[in-house]
Amino acid sequence: MENRFSVSLARVRTGLLYRVLFSYDFMLTFFGSMPALVNAHRRVNLLVVGYRIRATSQKSLPFKCCNTADSGLLVGRWIPGHNSAVVLAVIHYPFIPGQVKKYLSELQSQTQVDLTVLGSWSMPKEGQEGMDSFLKDLSTIFPQKCWLQLSREIGKRGFTCQVVQNNGRLLQDREQKNGEGDKIILIHYDQRKVMLSQLHPVQDVGQKSDVEASELRLVFQTVAQSQPLFFLDKYDDGPLKLSHWQSEGREASIIAELLKQASVPVCIFLTWLLSLWYWFCSFRILHLPPVLFISSKLSTCVQSVYRAVHFRTVFSPKKAGTHVEFMRKANIFVSFLVDIALGLLLISWLYRENRISKLADTLVPVADRVAKELQELLEWLMGAPAGLKMNRALDQVLGRFFLYHIHLWISYIHLMSPFIERILWYVGLSACLGLTFALSVLSDIVALLTFHIYCFYVYGARLYCLTIYGLSSLWRLFRGKKWNVLRQRVDSCSYDLDQLFIGTLLFTILLFLLPTTALYYLVFTLLRLVVVLFQGVIHLSVDFINSFPLFAIGLRICRPYRLAEGVKFNVLCQEPGTPLHLMMEINPLKCSSVLQCYRTPTYSCYPKDSWAGLCKKLFVGELIYPWKQKTDKTD
Amino acid sequence: MRGCFLLLTPLEFTVTSPKLSLRKVMVYTCFVWLFAYAVFFFTENTAVLSSAIILTLAGMMIHIHFVKVDHETLLIIGSLGVQLSSSYASGRESTIFIEMNKLKDIVINEAVYMHSIIYYLCILIKDPADPETVTSVVPLFQSSNPRLNCLVQVYRSCQEILAQSR
Repeated sequence: MENRFSVSLARVRTGLLYRVLFSYDFMLTFFGSMPALVNAHRRVNLLVVGYRIRATSQKSLPFKCCNTADSGLLVGRWIPGHNSAVVLAVIHYPFIPGQVKKYLSELQSQTQVDLTVLGSWSMPKEGQEGMDSFLKDLSTIFPQKCWLQLSREIGKRGFTCQVVQNNGRLLQDREQKNGEGDKIILIHYDQRKVMLSQLHPVQDVGQKSDVEASELRLVFQTVAQSQPLFFLDKYDDGPLKLSHWQSEGREASIIAELLKQASVPVCIFLTWLLSLWYWFCSFRILHLPPVLFISSKLSTCVQSVYRAVHFRTVFSPKKAGTHVEFMRKANIFVSFLVDIALGLLLISWLYRENRISKLADTLVPVADRVAKELQELLEWLMGAPAGLKMNRALDQVLGRFFLYHIHLWISYIHLMSPFIERILWYVGLSACLGLTFALSVLSDIVALLTFHIYCFYVYGARLYCLTIYGLSSLWRLFRGKKWNVLRQRVDSCSYDLDQLFIGTLLFTILLFLLPTTALYYLVFTLLRLVVVLFQGVIHLSVDFINSFPLFAIGLRICRPYRLAEGVKFNVLCQEPGTPLHLMMEINPLKCSSVLQCYRTPTYSCYPKDSWAGLCKKLFVGELIYPWKQKTDKTD
Repeated sequence: MRGCFLLLTPLEFTVTSPKLSLRKVMVYTCFVWLFAYAVFFFTENTAVLSSAIILTLAGMMIHIHFVKVDHETLLIIGSLGVQLSSSYASGRESTIFIEMNKLKDIVINEAVYMHSIIYYLCILIKDPADPETVTSVVPLFQSSNPRLNCLVQVYRSCQEILAQSR
């Protein structure tokens, strides 16, 4: 297969470049061929801002944008360090220069963006022939380093762009037609989308100096911070007439405004409720060590503490300052609402056909069944399990000990059985606080019901651990070595004869008792691991509901321009002799990056040990708590 | 080695991959469905047939939306940056734009792969704060893999434009 390609390089000399960002609209993409190439001796790039597309299918609807705006002054900002300019609006004739300056300085103090008059835009209609020269003379009134002159004729494609330096010299040299010329690039974009969008990765304002920040970031920041400029629309009776994306009239929604007004007192009320809760939690009686210990183990308490912290973030009456704070608040709020909704759904399902009473009725028989299975297991272990021969005496002791425990547990369950239905009914109502709450309660119930398994595991593990340690120490004695605690190493040691004798005897006894203890340990560890696995699954799902950034994902799907990863350019018009026209669109963030960036940090349960560490602990007989919570200070 | 290299404007290079071949699609579909019929013959369960149909459809949709690249484009705008975009068979386009101050150079790398040496064009990215170190390398035209003579043409034009914009 051969490569077929055609190469037709029409080289465009791109020496020093000018760039102009302009607005765009789908309807008017008429760019005629312009006569001359603009040359300049100094590198100046200009970005001119434009404004919003009217997404309309009817071509007859009138709309204004920089492409069709009447002649006037270009207002915007020069991007420092990059030889570019952003045009934000056009001020129309007639205007008084003094008022323009006053308005701009007011806006400058309001928005912290150094807005200036960049140049002139002329699109002369019939009867406005003198406009061009009038606009050229304006450069003396607004002193600038460089003065832009953009002009366009109706019915023709393309703009002319000239740049005048402050000493009056026109940066256009007609003699140098083929030489190294400066090109102007005009970039069109949608003003509203860029204003609302946030470029990722998010950087704090003021973290990097302007010179180091990339051009794109500066453009986005400029447009976002110039929001007050867009409040003046054509219905205002002020002295100035502006054209920008909102000059047709500001759009607002009554419901959104009402919600904004109502949210402040609601937030204050909820913060007061939250402070009541904190005051309740600060009682001395709740800080006693046993209560603290139990509450750190019960996942319900942990979850409620966590939710209280969330509420403090969300219900604070202060408006969110940065984008990250706003997203965090919104995510927490939306996930809380979804949580409550799912919880209410669960309640409606549980209580509909009185399922909860049926559940309570099956609880005691299930506990009985589990106890009976455990008893049978112990009887099997006390016999000859899997054909292995156990040490009869130790076997009987351990078996009877555990059987007695089970008997106690069963009596306890039977004692509680009349109250179980009532308790469960009320506990089920707590699901209205959210699905995560219900899942935490379920995890706690499972932990309480399998408490005897946990106890057995601890007994078996301790016994096994003792056996293993004893064996390893006596094995060292058997070989004539000793563990040096000071030096943390194994040293040789000379033992007396009676020490050796007793040591060897104990070693033999422990060695022959090892299979019995090991078997009990194995059985109860497996049971414990099953319970731990189940609890882990519940915790993981609670974590997932807590931390999933629903608002961010929704924003990414419905308004993808709000979260921008970058931009993309389309070439609109490329003809020799005209400035290059590009269309800039926002490239939305990938969904995986959204998840990574906006995940709410949780008290996530993560495995404390690696697989190797876990296996080692199991082998030695140390107690394992595989799910460690991040906020756990005690080990 | 497949690709038709086309120069649209002085700044834009597009490499096209061969289209999805009908024969492969037919062979794959027939194979899956015959297998499903065989299983149905033994188990008499119609769920096997419907699941085979759904699987084929879903697989094909995923393939043309996420896997099959139709053409890849490199757009260089001197002093602005470089834009890479790949367009998939279903029409989806994924675009990356790299600003000029992050771009160190465009080079042709050669790599030894199995029994052959392949050449690929890549962009060296630098951090503007530290202009000497290359932070990452972005390979171009990964799915269409044009030949060396094609790459050299692209390389020469890119170097001209980059030299002018520095």
